[in-house]
Amino acid sequence: MWSGRQGRLRPVGCVVEELRCRRREREAALRKARREQQLISKRLLRDDASEEAEGGCVAMILGETEIQHFLRLAQQGTEEKERERALVSLRRGLQHPETQQTFIWLEGSMRTLVGLLTSNQALLQLEAARCLHELSHSEQSAVAEACLPATSYLLTYLSGHSSDFISPHLTVLEALGYALSQLLQVKEAPEMIIPSVLGSTLPEHILRLLQPGPKLNLGVAVEFAWCLHYIICSQVDNTLLISHGGLSTLGLLLLDMAGAVQRTEDTGLELLACPVLRCLSNLLTEAAMEVVGGQNQLEDERVVAALFILLQFFLQKQPSLLPEGLWLLNNLTANSPSFCTSLLSMDLIEPLLQLLPVSNVVSILVLTVLCNVAEKGPAYCQRLWPGPLLSCLIGTLAFPDIEVVGQSLELLQLLFLYQPEAAKDFLQQSGLQVLERHQEEAQLQDRVHALQQTALHQ
Amino acid sequence: MQLPPALHSRLAGGPGAAEPLPVERDPAAGAPPFRFAARRVRFPREHEFFEDGDVLRHLYLQDVLTQVTEAPERPRVPEFTCQVAGCCQVFDSLEDYEHHYHTLHRNVCSFCRRAFPSVHLLDVHILEWHDSLFQILSERQDMYQCLVEGCAEKFKTSKDRKDHLVRCHLYPADFRFDKPKKSRGPATPGAAVRASAEAPRDDGEQSGGDAMEVCSEHAASLPEPVGKRRTSSHRIPSTICFGQGASRGFKSTKKKKGHQ
Repeated sequence: MWSGRQGRLRPVGCVVEELRCRRREREAALRKARREQQLISKRLLRDDASEEAEGGCVAMILGETEIQHFLRLAQQGTEEKERERALVSLRRGLQHPETQQTFIWLEGSMRTLVGLLTSNQALLQLEAARCLHELSHSEQSAVAEACLPATSYLLTYLSGHSSDFISPHLTVLEALGYALSQLLQVKEAPEMIIPSVLGSTLPEHILRLLQPGPKLNLGVAVEFAWCLHYIICSQVDNTLLISHGGLSTLGLLLLDMAGAVQRTEDTGLELLACPVLRCLSNLLTEAAMEVVGGQNQLEDERVVAALFILLQFFLQKQPSLLPEGLWLLNNLTANSPSFCTSLLSMDLIEPLLQLLPVSNVVSILVLTVLCNVAEKGPAYCQRLWPGPLLSCLIGTLAFPDIEVVGQSLELLQLLFLYQPEAAKDFLQQSGLQVLERHQEEAQLQDRVHALQQTALHQ
Repeated sequence: MQLPPALHSRLAGGPGAAEPLPVERDPAAGAPPFRFAARRVRFPREHEFFEDGDVLRHLYLQDVLTQVTEAPERPRVPEFTCQVAGCCQVFDSLEDYEHHYHTLHRNVCSFCRRAFPSVHLLDVHILEWHDSLFQILSERQDMYQCLVEGCAEKFKTSKDRKDHLVRCHLYPADFRFDKPKKSRGPATPGAAVRASAEAPRDDGEQSGGDAMEVCSEHAASLPEPVGKRRTSSHRIPSTICFGQGASRGFKSTKKKKGHQ
């Protein structure tokens, strides 16, 4: 992202362990901030970034005259360096909310910036993108609304290069995506910004930028996938996105990502996978999905195959994303006999069981997916037992977490109901003794008791 | 996590859904004291379920932003000149040159030398400017297509199209529309002031805003019969053009080398 990144030199004397430690600290700070509902990336990032980068040099607030001066220089200066410097000065000033306000209320300023964003001079284009980037950090919805109309136009211009993207255009496109993602997180976004976004051609542009293929650029896709996530999870009008083929595009993208993992071209893939999984999972909950056989449905079992390839990738590279992947698996299988059958026919039960030890959250989700399969009836349970499932369940019954045990009890009930012989096997594997451990636990005892009865009366 | 080998080949295969096994539920399933019901779950934005993924995203952004706020050093090369005939732009970085070439020389109209940001826009330009059949047909039917790919609207005049772009696609309301192409012939009355104001401020490459050049409306300024439009269209263009000006090459810039 942002071009020059690869060429950046690490500061001398930076030790790997120091980096890891710093990263842990940053992670802890981010978690704390999120829990306190303070995780507004722009603000936090601003504080960190400006300290490190500016090195104590404080940018000044710019007034109308100064802004006009810099814009004029940038647009009409004779020397390229001079034009660039003008934009840098403007950008620095735009770090201040006051400058941002002044800027957006100044007539013609946004228009000029948009013009510079489409400049045929790469440096100006990049610097203008950084200005847009600063504006996108604003927490004031007025700024967001001022930036928004430019987006459709810019996307047309930038997307017009689809046949051969060159790097400054990609960088600007990425910056645009990032700016949009920030704007979509403004507090009033669901009421004020997202409706107009949905009413424009932006959704189609965004989906087009997420279409898999040789032209897909990871940095660009990541930013626009996050945009889509913020739109979808705000629940304004997801049916519209489905009607634009959102499910199909995202499904194909999932397949594409799994392919990338298979080819081990997966650097940074988790950054794209995360928002895509979220978008798919949330879209699947829309009422439109209840229409059986509807053309906007997601029914291709390759999606399940792709998801498992990604789960394996997460297990190795980014275990914290396993819950999100399993959430999608739940939403795929909950109401779908077809996908449940796919899990069985593609032999995916055992790989799923291998995830049980990862964490409590993961265990619960795995057990929930297995319940989704089991609750469909005897034909499904016959494929669950005989098999490794039962001994795994006896294992999870011994977990210290109440919710994991609770979910195990639910699965056991289904298994005993639809595959009574499994109860005998359960007894033979000393399952009763494990059940007994939970007899006194308030949240579990009723179910434990019921299962004991069932098992004993086989 | 061991995945069955057949999984990888399934991914490579064609789309398809599994024929579902028969579903047969017993009312006792999930009945009290049990409570399981298969259901899809949705999470709103602030839900704690998203914490890990959000943290990952923000860590990535933090890394990136420390580099954005400092403009990175770009590799420089010895100065070289653009080799396209008539262009004397000089560069000291391959990235700049690539951008320049792509924006100004890539999608160039062979009739009038205007450059366009994309093949699509070049095609539209050729159709509307250099195709006499277009002119004839446009007298009878709506021929000016919307420039946004995916929008099927067509219009009687380029002004109508421009209004549509502004209204429906949120294009900037008056972006560049009063800036004429740098023509050598007599300018339209509306354009005269602008043209002369700009002549001294030159650039062999135009300034940022020119990337979307919208030329003055012929129909608005000179009430000529439609049939005559074709012959004068080179000097008094009447359509929105996303192109760079056609006349370039001998304008002086700081970067020019050797040609005076």
